[in-house]
Order: sequence, then C-alpha cells, then structure tokens
Amino acid sequence: MLEIRSLSKSFGGVKATDNVTLDFADGSLTAVIGPNGAGKSTFFNLITGALTPDAGQILLNGVDLAGRTPPEIVRHGIGRAFQVASIFPSLTVQETMLAAVCADQRKASVLHRRFPLAETRDRAEHAMELLGLASKRNRTAATLSHGDQKLLDIALALVLDPKVLLLDEPTAGMGTEERWRMIDKVRELWEKQKITVVFIEHDMDIVFKIAPEIVVLCYGRILATGAPDAIRRNEAVIEAYLGTEHHAGAAV
Amino acid sequence: MTELPADQGAQALDVPQPHVKTRRNRDVLIALAAFVVLALLPMVFSSKFLLDFVIRCAAYGLFATSLNLLIGYTGLTSFGHGMFFGLGAYGFGLMMQKTGVSVPVAFVATLAITFVTALVIGAICVRLKEIYFAFVTLAFQMLIHSTILSWVSLTGGDQGLRGGIPRPPFWGIDLSNHLHLYVTSCALLVIGLFLMHQIAQSPFGYTLRMIRDNATRASFIGIDVWRAKLTIFVLAALFASTGGVIMALFVSGAYPEFAYWTISGEGIFINMLGGVTTFLGPMVGTVLLLILNDTVTRLTEYHGLVLGIVILFFAIGLRKGLMDFVIEWYAQRRDRRGK
Ligand SMILES: Nc1ncnc2c1ncn2[C@@H]1O[C@H](COP(=O)(O)OP(=O)(O)OP(=O)(O)O)[C@@H](O)[C@H]1O
Ligand SMILES: [Mg+2]
Repeated sequence: MLEIRSLSKSFGGVKATDNVTLDFADGSLTAVIGPNGAGKSTFFNLITGALTPDAGQILLNGVDLAGRTPPEIVRHGIGRAFQVASIFPSLTVQETMLAAVCADQRKASVLHRRFPLAETRDRAEHAMELLGLASKRNRTAATLSHGDQKLLDIALALVLDPKVLLLDEPTAGMGTEERWRMIDKVRELWEKQKITVVFIEHDMDIVFKIAPEIVVLCYGRILATGAPDAIRRNEAVIEAYLGTEHHAGAAV
Repeated sequence: MTELPADQGAQALDVPQPHVKTRRNRDVLIALAAFVVLALLPMVFSSKFLLDFVIRCAAYGLFATSLNLLIGYTGLTSFGHGMFFGLGAYGFGLMMQKTGVSVPVAFVATLAITFVTALVIGAICVRLKEIYFAFVTLAFQMLIHSTILSWVSLTGGDQGLRGGIPRPPFWGIDLSNHLHLYVTSCALLVIGLFLMHQIAQSPFGYTLRMIRDNATRASFIGIDVWRAKLTIFVLAALFASTGGVIMALFVSGAYPEFAYWTISGEGIFINMLGGVTTFLGPMVGTVLLLILNDTVTRLTEYHGLVLGIVILFFAIGLRKGLMDFVIEWYAQRRDRRGK
C-alpha cells in the first residue's frame, strides 16, 4: 500500500504539489491525468526522491520515504520510468539489464569478478522477454527507435522487481497506433506482475478505456479521483480539463 | 563508447559463466606474455635509450591509463590528476631519503598517503558538476604544487629532491642496477594495466559506464553515484601515484614539474592522442607523445608549437584518438566483408 499524506512542494510562488493525499492499493492500476503543468511529473519526482517535499509523508507499507534519496527509495521498491526515455546510450539492451540487476543485488561495486555475473542473467532475460526486447539485446540503446527506448526505460524499472511502478507518460511522442500498443503492454505487465502501477497519460480515450482508477490533478491539487464513469461525469473535471480539450466528446 | 565494440562487447555476453573465467585467464596470459617480451627486450636491443624509453612509458602509461578510468569510463574530466603523479614521486622520494625504510615499505606507504589524500580531495570534488569538477581538481593541483615550492626544508623547493634516492636492495632486486630498474618498471606497468583492465571489466566498471552515460538514471536503479565516483577517483589516484614512483626512481629525484598542472595537461593530451574508447588507447597515446616529445625537441626549439599543431590535428581533423580511429576502421572493414 502506497499512502501519500498532505504532500506539498512549491517552486518559488508556484505550488506544484499542493497538499495531496492519496492511497494506491496493492495491485491497483491508476492513471494520473491533468493539463500541462498540473504537477503530474512533480508528483512522481517527489515520490521517487528526485525532489524533496516541503511537507507531507510518503508511506510505503507504513515506512515513510519522504526526503530519502532516489537509490534508497528504489531499494524500498518504488521504480519509475521517465517522460523522456532515460537510458544508457552506449550500453546494449542486454548490458543495461544485466547491470541493473547487478545494482539491485547490491553488486554494483564488485571489483574482483567479471561482468556479467551469472546470477544476474535469468532476471535480465526475463525482463527483456516481458518487454519484447530480447531480439534487440545486442543493439546499443542509442540506436533503438523512440518506442523501444521507452520500453527499455520501463524494462529498467521493471527488472528491479518493484512493488510500485510509476510510468511518466509511457506513450509520450508516439503515434496513435504505437500508443495503443504501448498501453496494452503496460496493462499486460500490470496483469502479469501483479504490482501497483501508476501512469501519467494525456490521451483521454486511452485513460478511460484502460484505467480502473483515475486521479485528476490541476494546479497541483487533486480535482477528483474515482472510476472512469465518475470522472467523466464530474462537473469540476469537465469544467477544468475536459471542457477545454474534449468538449465535443464529453457532451455526447 | 564501450571499448572494443568490434569483438569483445555484445557477443561475448551471451554465454556468461564459462566464458567469464576464460576471459580472465586470457588476460593473465596476455599480461604474462607482455611482461616476458618486455623483460627479454634488453637481450635483443641493449640500447640504454630504448630501456629508458620503456621506463618512461611505464611511468606515463600508468598515469594516463588511470586518467582514462576517470575520463573515458566515468565521464569525470579531471584537470588535476597529475597531482597524484607528483605525490607518488615526492612521497616515495622523501620516504627513501628521510626514513631509511625498505623500497617495498616506502612504496606501500606512498600508496597509503595517496589513498588518504585522494579520499579527502575526492570527497570534496566528485559532487561537483563537469566544469566545476575540472577546475576544483586543478585548484588542488596548484595547492599541492605551491606547497612543494614553499616547503623548502622538506621538499627542496624549486630545486626539487636532490642528492639521489637511496635504494637498498630487497628480495634480490637492486634498483640501482639499470636492468633491475627496467624489469621492475615493466612489472609494475603490466600489473597496473592488468588491475585497471580488471576494474574496467568488473561489475563496478559497468557501474562507471552507466554513471558516464546518465548519472541520474543510475541513481534511480539504486546506485550511489557519489560513492562510485569517489571510489574510482581514489583507485585512479593510486595508479597515477605508482607512475610517479617509477618516475622518481628513474630520475633519482623528484621535481616540482612532476606536480605541476602541465602533467595533468599531458595526461589529457595523451588520452586525446590515443583515444578514450579503448582500454589501451592511452598506452598508445603515451608512446606517441613520448616519441613526439623526443624527436620534436631534438629537431626544433618550437616544441610547443609542433605539439599544438598535432593536438589540433587530432581534435579537429580526426575528432578522435588514434585507437578509436583504428577500431572504427576495423569495424567498418569487417562489416563490409560481412555483407
Ligand atoms: N525543478 C523545477 N523547478 C522549478 N519549477 C518547476 C520544476 N519542476 C516543475 N516545475 C513547475 O511546476 C509545475 C508543474 O510541473 P510538472 O512538470 O510537474 O507538470 P506536468 O503535469 O508533468 O506537465 P506536463 O504535462 O507538461 O508534463 C510547472 O509550473 C513547472 O514549471
Ligand atoms: Mg510531466
């Protein structure tokens, strides 16, 4: 169970996250939506330690992780992928996976053995299979397509066996068809791995179709939470968000 | 930017365990073979000039290769790495002159001093971002250099450590014998390179590559970036210091130039010449620079000008070091054959 309690963060005068309280049940799949600059990425940055909260708690199974460093938080089981694919350009897909497992097994500073370690192979292999990257194992990350780089970024989070997986716009920069393929993959991973997944998404069609739970952020505050139907009918949401972009769709 | 992409990288990873041991054994064999060849060299060519050249290559090669662990593998461009070369030369020289301990003890003590110094300086520097890291390391280099200049009673100031470095025989090795010094330098070079190659190919070596590529991402898979950077900073300092010890033995003294920023500059130049994407690039660069230095100094007094032009040629013309160029050319040729 991931519980966020009164989480706040300001940049100068901008309240990017404003007193957010939320629960994510184990094994849930939640979409976070909101207009540009609503504070979605900031919310993820606070949970994963990229930013230090001004106030509030981040409780994972009762342990407060607020203000801890990214490596500590990862080791507690919160993994993330980034809005812009964050990978190691010069490493191959396989090296990336093997090195990540190595780090997860606390062997990132082993000096007397040769890379790769045999005991890291199965998990690396598994993650590559899960994300369909096995056939590209010997490609350096820099030479992968945009979509494969996003997959590699997710694989990098998943290979660590997180309890909670945060995906910041897994479909960013993709065409319609590729978006659907990616989001099907996310759903498939969620079903197979039985972990808590939270993803940020701009495309309303995708969100309403895929996510059992939706959180709407606006100006750093929670505007609404609930199932797709409730969100679709929520006045404040239509006003603040859908109203601007999807007015025609919402009216139907 | 992984080294040896042509034949060592990806394919070798497919069959880890049995392969991993063979790779280590192969490295041991290569190291032994290299040592035997170097050690037998004096039997074939007995020229003192050649032996001197190899000893200087050992000193500068260890220094430059250790700098590549920082620049090429970790993405830490230190402008002050030469301070550890100087520290090695002065530490060892002083230890031998003032304390009368044996050579091995002085060597280990010098490494211990380097370890502590690098730990303190590294702890301050590795948190800093690129250009700040470069300049703060340079600042520490200047600090050490001016300490050497001003602490005349200990270091001899701008005159350097004079009067020769005593070298009582140990384990049947007499370093005042030129041949013994030669073989010992070769042994230190080969062992140093072997250890650094092991570091580069270890899990830690891949941690360094991740930090170089994307330090933020590395921290999000659980790597303590600061600790890893500090570790490699200290390890690299130890090898640089060993280079300084060889140099002190070679010239039988230590001079402030050994700790001046130009040594760091030469280290970076060597890495540009040889290339930072292969493990042996800096070794090749060392040989090139020393040959260049020796011939150019003999032929012209405009020594700096010629070196400057060579730098420009590599930096702007090739845009890479010699070994990078060779590897790329080789890979291209292989690809063309493959088709
Ligand atoms: N590191 C930072 N320093 C200063 N301001 C920041 C920082 N990060 C975010 N902000 C500000 O906080 C607000 C929320 O930004 P955030 O990136 O979280 O939005 P977002 O919902 O992810 O938007 P998008 O949909 O464009 O990705 C914005 O006004 C942004 O300018
Ligand atoms: Mg964002």
